[in-house]
Amino acid sequence: MLLSDMKEGETGIIVRIGGNGALRRRILEMGLIKNAEVYVEKYAPLKDPIELIVKGYHLSLRVNEASQITVEKTGVFVERQ
Amino acid sequence: MPTTPKKSLTIALSGNPNAGKTSIFNHLTGTRQKVGNWPGVTVEKKEGTIRKYGYELRIVDLPGTYSLTPFSIEEIIARDFILEESPDVVVVIIDSSNLERSLYLATQIRELDCKVLFCLNMADVAKSRGIKINAAKLSELLDVPVLFTVGNKNDGIDALLKTTIELAESDSVTPQKRRVRYRADIEKAIKELGSVLTAELGSALPYNTRWTAIKLIEDDAIVKKRVQQVAGSRDKQIFESVKSQRDALMGLFDEEPEILTTDERYGFIAGIVKEVHTTAVQQRVDISRNIDLVLTNRFVGFPIFILFIWIMFQSTFTFGKYPMEWIESAIGGFSILVDNFLHDSLVKDLLLEGIIAGVGSVIIFLPNILILFFCIAIFEDTGYMSRAAFLMDKIMHLIGLHGKSFIPMLMGFGCNVPAIMAARTLESEKDRILTILITPFMSCSAKLPVYIVLAGAFFGPRAGTVIFLIYLLGIVLSIVTGRLFRSVLLKGADAPFVMELPPYRVPMLKSLMIHMWDRSKIFLKKMGGIILVGSVVVWCLTAFPQQVSYTMDYDAEIQRIEQTYQAFQPAPEMELMATIQEKKDQEIQQLRMAQAAEKAEKSYMGRIGTAVAPFFQPLGIDWKGGVALLTGFVAKEIVVSTLGVLYAADDAAEPDALKKALLASDVSPLSAFAMMIFVLLYLPCLATVAAIRRETRSMRWMLFSIVYTTTVAWIMSFLVYQGGRLLGFA
Repeated sequence: MLLSDMKEGETGIIVRIGGNGALRRRILEMGLIKNAEVYVEKYAPLKDPIELIVKGYHLSLRVNEASQITVEKTGVFVERQ
Repeated sequence: MPTTPKKSLTIALSGNPNAGKTSIFNHLTGTRQKVGNWPGVTVEKKEGTIRKYGYELRIVDLPGTYSLTPFSIEEIIARDFILEESPDVVVVIIDSSNLERSLYLATQIRELDCKVLFCLNMADVAKSRGIKINAAKLSELLDVPVLFTVGNKNDGIDALLKTTIELAESDSVTPQKRRVRYRADIEKAIKELGSVLTAELGSALPYNTRWTAIKLIEDDAIVKKRVQQVAGSRDKQIFESVKSQRDALMGLFDEEPEILTTDERYGFIAGIVKEVHTTAVQQRVDISRNIDLVLTNRFVGFPIFILFIWIMFQSTFTFGKYPMEWIESAIGGFSILVDNFLHDSLVKDLLLEGIIAGVGSVIIFLPNILILFFCIAIFEDTGYMSRAAFLMDKIMHLIGLHGKSFIPMLMGFGCNVPAIMAARTLESEKDRILTILITPFMSCSAKLPVYIVLAGAFFGPRAGTVIFLIYLLGIVLSIVTGRLFRSVLLKGADAPFVMELPPYRVPMLKSLMIHMWDRSKIFLKKMGGIILVGSVVVWCLTAFPQQVSYTMDYDAEIQRIEQTYQAFQPAPEMELMATIQEKKDQEIQQLRMAQAAEKAEKSYMGRIGTAVAPFFQPLGIDWKGGVALLTGFVAKEIVVSTLGVLYAADDAAEPDALKKALLASDVSPLSAFAMMIFVLLYLPCLATVAAIRRETRSMRWMLFSIVYTTTVAWIMSFLVYQGGRLLGFA
């Protein structure tokens, strides 16, 4: 499923990162790499952007950017990790 | 060969944004900081020189970055500084609670062939989160000295300095052990390309061969250009080899090589982190996360955000009132002093009416500006700024902007110059230009004195509401402008919104003060320079020509009145006497004001005003207002001082003199409102125009901004004034 389809409080493992050029590189550099675990902390009040926890820190990206990332949902956790 | 001890060292501080780099820099340099710009660009460059342990240490704060790709100006600057200026030591400041991501930048710096020291900062935060880092192991694995610090508590800073000096003086070559090793196919490509580079360029190669080869394989635009420069005609072989290596890798992995190397670097880091990093099982409550449950909450997030902005503006004005009064009375006292000490002369007039009145009417806004910048510094240092961007991104995106554009726009309420400079945090050129073009509609603090005087004079108790409406109009027009430009002028894809939300932090007073002071300095510099000159010029234009032929002989008329009232002199009752005296003073006062006004009208300034009057006339702005607006190009605050001179309210000792003079004139509330709108929107001040030119690096965008803002200002004022008249508000 796409990262943008995940709900608040869900965890997934990144399977594939699409997109192109600068955006893709940026996403990777911030630690959203294949096999990394992501936790959807919350959506902004206006449903965009998303706040994620990845590699122990909080990162936000837009919904359409998150839709470039394919994840495998691993579960629903109330607490991180 | 004996070496003489080196007494002067350059130390570069590098690290991720929010890693606590600034607080370490502040502790190291204290007040001995110089804030300037990196050459050619206007990214803020901070450096400070200190003397310690017998060395002269030049400490340079590099821009905070996550990586060293050539995608953002900050990253290019940081990389170029290390490569081209070869600092003696590069201190990489690492957020201990964020080791994995921090190491991404750190390992890249380590590959740049410089002496590197890792500083594990915010060790206390990491500890409280149950994170343990084995520094000795990390040091051993990466072959770099590793230290713990707590920047905001000044812990470990001395040790950091000592180790840095030791490292600079040691003969140890740059770390060679355990560099990032890529998968065999990439390593093969690096090696092959490396030998092509050595064969073609040899010692002419500006950087280390391996690094250059990696960057060329990653298609790094800047390194490509640099190699092209040194290679000259030999560049063909090199770039053919680069292309074939890249193509081969893409064929093998169906991925761009730069994606592969990023992946592998993280892989390398993961290995290291596994060896040195342990997290205790039990986790304490994450305060920052709990704060965000409220501050970015679906329901209360926005109301709280609006509340914060409201508190910021409210405190700017309420707390600013008291020091304003003190400054006001100090200026009043000073001008009385000057008045008593100097003989009547042109110099005295210049000093009193030109310089003291001009600069004085502006400097009283210093408290407002200090408070506003202090509030913005709080937003930044606590980490709330990025939450504001998180909340606002959807809205900003609708205008065609990035959530981060909100930050420069918010700063625009303080001063457009740093705001336009802050637009640099935007990575995309389009976003940057659009933000720069919109920012002047954010009513800067220099325009506030104008509103305070006009609204204060004409709208009394409703002044606050009127000023709020003006600010609101600026915001609405910026939205309209954003949408318009995005769909007409600056079309194209949006820049990625990938932003860290750093943990909330208790701001340090020292750092808040430094932040506030750095920005307010710009205001004070304007005071000493441009506003001083502006006031003198305006005064000269108003004071000359000295001899004016009046339409009537005012002095004779005054004498006549004196004589007429002399006849009443023997009136018996004291009360009647007082009334008569008052009436006489009033008549004389009126004559004197009429004389001053006529003199002003016949001065050079008046002539200019009369010439431009047809432009302002449909807006309900008279020639005096027109002149004031013209002088406002120098700096918006000057509008007030010009009005002060033109309405002959030169009595600096009396604070409300100008308001009274305005009320007594034929300016109506409607035309005052139209004038406020014009002030809000028309061309930005000289310093801002210069900043726009610098930041867009284009004369055309600068001219465009001037024409666009002035056109919008004229149209809006016209609509409001003429519309208001039709509705009977004249």
